[in-house]
Amino acid sequence: MAAPSAILQSEWTKIRSVRSTIWTLALAFIVTVALGAIICLVFDNTWDSLSPDDQATFDPTNTSFVGMQLGQLALIVFGVLVIASEYSTGMIRTSLAAVPQRGSFYASKVAVAGALALVVGMATSFVVFFLGQALLGSHKAQISDPGVLRAVVGAGLYMTLLVLLCVGAAAMLRSPMLGLGILMPFFFLVSPILSVIPKVKKVAQYFPDQAGQKIMQVVPGSDSNGPYGPWGGIGIMAVWVAVALLGGYLVLRQRDA
Amino acid sequence: MIELQGLTKRYGDRTAVDHLTFTVRPGVVTGFLGPNGAGKSTTMRMLLGLDAPTSGDVRIDGKHYAQLSEPLKHIGALLDAKSIHGGRTAYDHLLCIAQSNRIPTRRVGEVLETVGLSAVARKRSKGFSLGMGQRLGIAAALLGDPEILMFDEPVNGLDPEGIHWIRNLMKGLAAQGRTVFVSSHLMSEMALTAEHLIVIGRGRLLADTSMADFIEKNSRSFVRLRSPQPERLRDVLTAAGHTVVSTGDGAFEITGKDAAELGELAAQHQLVLHELSPQRASLEEAFMQLTAESVEYHAHGAVTPGASVPVPAAPAQQGWQHGGPPPTAPPPQQQPPQGGGQQWGSQWRNPGSGKGR
Ligand SMILES: Nc1ncnc2c1ncn2[C@@H]1O[C@H](COP(=O)(O)OP(=O)(O)O)[C@@H](O)[C@H]1O
Ligand SMILES: [Mg+2]
Repeated sequence: MAAPSAILQSEWTKIRSVRSTIWTLALAFIVTVALGAIICLVFDNTWDSLSPDDQATFDPTNTSFVGMQLGQLALIVFGVLVIASEYSTGMIRTSLAAVPQRGSFYASKVAVAGALALVVGMATSFVVFFLGQALLGSHKAQISDPGVLRAVVGAGLYMTLLVLLCVGAAAMLRSPMLGLGILMPFFFLVSPILSVIPKVKKVAQYFPDQAGQKIMQVVPGSDSNGPYGPWGGIGIMAVWVAVALLGGYLVLRQRDA
Repeated sequence: MIELQGLTKRYGDRTAVDHLTFTVRPGVVTGFLGPNGAGKSTTMRMLLGLDAPTSGDVRIDGKHYAQLSEPLKHIGALLDAKSIHGGRTAYDHLLCIAQSNRIPTRRVGEVLETVGLSAVARKRSKGFSLGMGQRLGIAAALLGDPEILMFDEPVNGLDPEGIHWIRNLMKGLAAQGRTVFVSSHLMSEMALTAEHLIVIGRGRLLADTSMADFIEKNSRSFVRLRSPQPERLRDVLTAAGHTVVSTGDGAFEITGKDAAELGELAAQHQLVLHELSPQRASLEEAFMQLTAESVEYHAHGAVTPGASVPVPAAPAQQGWQHGGPPPTAPPPQQQPPQGGGQQWGSQWRNPGSGKGR
């Protein structure tokens, strides 16, 4: 059995030595931060035209995270490519010949991708929060306000879990085309659309992204008397992640490389 | 040492590898020969634990592959399909492999030097030619300085100089006492590198023999005769107790007889001969016959067992395998024919055409 630290080191070398890592993570950061900043700026400048209702339920913290809707697409690409590119390039055979203990190989890959996503996710979330609040002027939230720190840390967690979900799903699908073709439309279109359709949203609110994003809300929205709270929501997402990762492991263990 | 015991792999209802049992020993190059689709690559993938056998067993130095701790220090392999992420530099590709098996980082530079890729070490490998990719794969196999090396069709994509290089590399590794297991679908290629030969067809073991024995057994020698009076010639030969085989082109073949004896016989009966030539079937032909029933993909026109293509015995330009007594080992300085390295396998078909030679 090869040493766990050796396999982790090898996976770190792998992840840092391909360009897609840099550009997907950089893109996720830039898009989320830039879009969040613009939206905050827009809200600050159009505040007076908002209805009193909208002003009352305005959530400055959550508003600064709006850019994540788009930025997360880059995270999906990152999570999918981390594992699926091993299959599309044939590298998986080299990797498993070097580390035939497939569980160790997979755990190391998940750990390295997860750790990197956590660092980038937290950085993104704190940067966009403080930048967004600065641009919101008098409507801003303080990090010390109740629930705000939770939301900011939660946004970083959400991004990490999203990456891990994609790693697990891609390990099951074993192809970048399939992985991206299914996950991108799901998180960008299917889930957001289904979650606003009456009746259907009763189910859609349990989708990983819908449940996970709950933690970023500080001011409860008008329709947010859902069946779970912020931690419950991220917990539901964590269950999805666990299932996806387990599924990925079973496929990797079972199938020929 | 590699040991296979009844190794079998089925993909659906297709049996790719069928109860293979053999042992690959250290100190010699063992050739793994079979037509395309015979199951060579599948066997090698099972050896590395990449594909799970349907039944049977394969062991490396007595252990299953997954039981090896830091397997690259025991066995290094070059697989047939490209198994490299093209977005990574050659150096980083080898570095991540080395780190996983705690192989010292300096080995990366060493193997890059060995395969002649030092100059492009920092280049992303997607820009590499087929031959350079092959060399990078070989570098990865050598990384852990393993006792067992396995190469799946290593000459594919290499230029004649590269082919020469890999042959010498394999022989050198075997001479150091290592186990070298190399696959090919070309008999001519095997004849130049391998001392031991394992032949498979349709996943089944067809031969497990030393190269010398294979040559001895399979290089049928015969005499070819042609006469303007074929009927009389046949009668005379038959009357003298010879078994006469007619070839399609109006000639006869007599196996295992001396040309002089047959010539004198014809002279006694005042028969005009237009041809009297001692022949030796090529190794390639022997291989084709051995695997004829198991060939998966015929290129064009089926190979008919027994329909031998005559090869002139003497001409020097044909190379040793077509003439003279069968050598027990390939001549050390055998060079690939100029610009003809890729076509060797098909040379036996039209030996007389001599294109480019
Ligand atoms: N992953 C696979 N799925 C289905 N059939 C396969 C697979 N791999 C190989 N085969 C089949 O198994 C047979 C042996 O293939 P292979 O081992 O590649 O032969 P070789 O390397 O000797 O050319 C072929 O008929 C091939 O089509
Ligand atoms: Mg093959």
